[in-house]
Formats: sequence, structure tokens, C-alpha cells
Amino acid sequence: MSTKVKKMLFILSKATIENVYAAFIMANGARMEGIESEVFFTFFGLEAIQKKKLERLRVATVGNPAMHIPTMIGGLPGMEALATKMMKKEMEKLDMPPVDEFLEILSDSGCKLWACKLAVDMFHLKEEDLIDDLDGVLTIGDFYNRADQEGCQLLFI
Amino acid sequence: MKKIISQTEIDVNEEGYLTDFTQWNKEIGQEIAKEQGIDMTSKNWEVIDYIHEKHNNEEPLSIRGIKKSGVINIKEFYNLFPGGPLKKATMIAGIPKPKSCI
Repeated sequence: MSTKVKKMLFILSKATIENVYAAFIMANGARMEGIESEVFFTFFGLEAIQKKKLERLRVATVGNPAMHIPTMIGGLPGMEALATKMMKKEMEKLDMPPVDEFLEILSDSGCKLWACKLAVDMFHLKEEDLIDDLDGVLTIGDFYNRADQEGCQLLFI
Repeated sequence: MKKIISQTEIDVNEEGYLTDFTQWNKEIGQEIAKEQGIDMTSKNWEVIDYIHEKHNNEEPLSIRGIKKSGVINIKEFYNLFPGGPLKKATMIAGIPKPKSCI
């Protein structure tokens, strides 16, 4: 059985848990369907591949109407941590892996993981700050070259 | 839907998954694998055994579960069942396609 989508390229620019998981689940789901997938981490998305930060990603409680928390309360100290804890608990119930394990699964599944060169330079990150499973640091031009084939889709998150 | 595999009539759904596991046997699994372009090695069958065990215990299958299985790691799993390992392995094993997104 052939599929029309042959390759999915994700650009992850945010570090809130819901966005990171959206990218990871879709990238992993693609591999599970026999579709190639790659993730390009740029700007705040880089937090998801920084050894020291990836375990501390949070859900945004301010400026997110779907959380149903008034903005004033969402901004109180500890609210983000509380909401994150609750969300992680629900995710664990569904057997969703934590960020570090998810990255390992993606890499083992053949999903390529790239860091954006410009963002890496801007945040003064070094190779050792980033996860070992990273496939490399690319410019956006390099990344577009990886999209240069039939049946390829790009998605910005 | 009826389908003839190794001289046996079996019931499958529109995607080709067996709808009645009691109709499954190793020859049928072998034939399905062939149709899917998969060469069944002893390691492949080990994975099928693991999948049957999970299925019998009504435990959901996931890629994370494969990682923890102790039978195979994810890289090998992708190599042994190229082109969507869990969906192909379950088809060969004669059980329904996993419904999980992870």
C-alpha cells in the first residue's frame, strides 16, 4: 500500500508542552505509518533539545483561553507548574513518554532532529548544550533542500 | 471481506487485517508478510510472539512498549518490519491494527 505523503518536515518554534508534543506525536506517527519525518528546532523550540531545559518544559497558563483560567490567576506564582504537573499526569496515564524518552524514540525510529543555526547562534548555545541524538545544525536553506522531493509536506508549529 | 491465503479462506477487513484471530496460523502470517514485502526471520517471529502475548493479555501495543519489551529495540523493529512496523507486525500477527497515536 503506497501513501501520497512521503515525508513530513516539522518546524518547531515553541517550547510549551502542548506544541512540543504536537510536533513529536505527529513526527512519530509519520514514522509509524512508514512516512519519513524530520524536526527542525528553531527559536524557543530549541528548549526541547537542550539537555538542561527539556525536562522543564511548561504549559502556558497565560494567554491561553482554552485553559479556562482567568489571565490574572494564570499569572500567579506556581500556576504554570501546577497546570504542567496535572497535564503530565494525564499524559502518563495515556503512556505518553516524557520529552527525553520521546526524543530517543524519535531518533531510534529514524526521525531526523535538526537545530536551527541562526537560533543556536542567537542563544549562544554550544554543541554540548544540545542532546546527543541531534543529527546536526542546519540553516533554513539546508532544511529546504531536505524538502526538495515529491510528496513532502512542511508544517510550522 | 473474504480472502484466500495458502489455500485457506479467511475474513479480513478493508485494510487486510484478519477479523477473526482463530483463523490465524503461522502459514497465513507468512503469506501476509510476503504480500507486505517482509522477509520473516526468526527475530521477526519472536516479535510476533511478543505481540500475541500482549494481545492475549489485552495490553495495548505502542512503540514505547516495544522499547521496554526486552525482545527488540526500536531501531531493529523498524529494520525488521520496514514501512510502518507496528501496523505491519499486527497485520502479520492476525490481530487488529493498534488504535493508539503513540
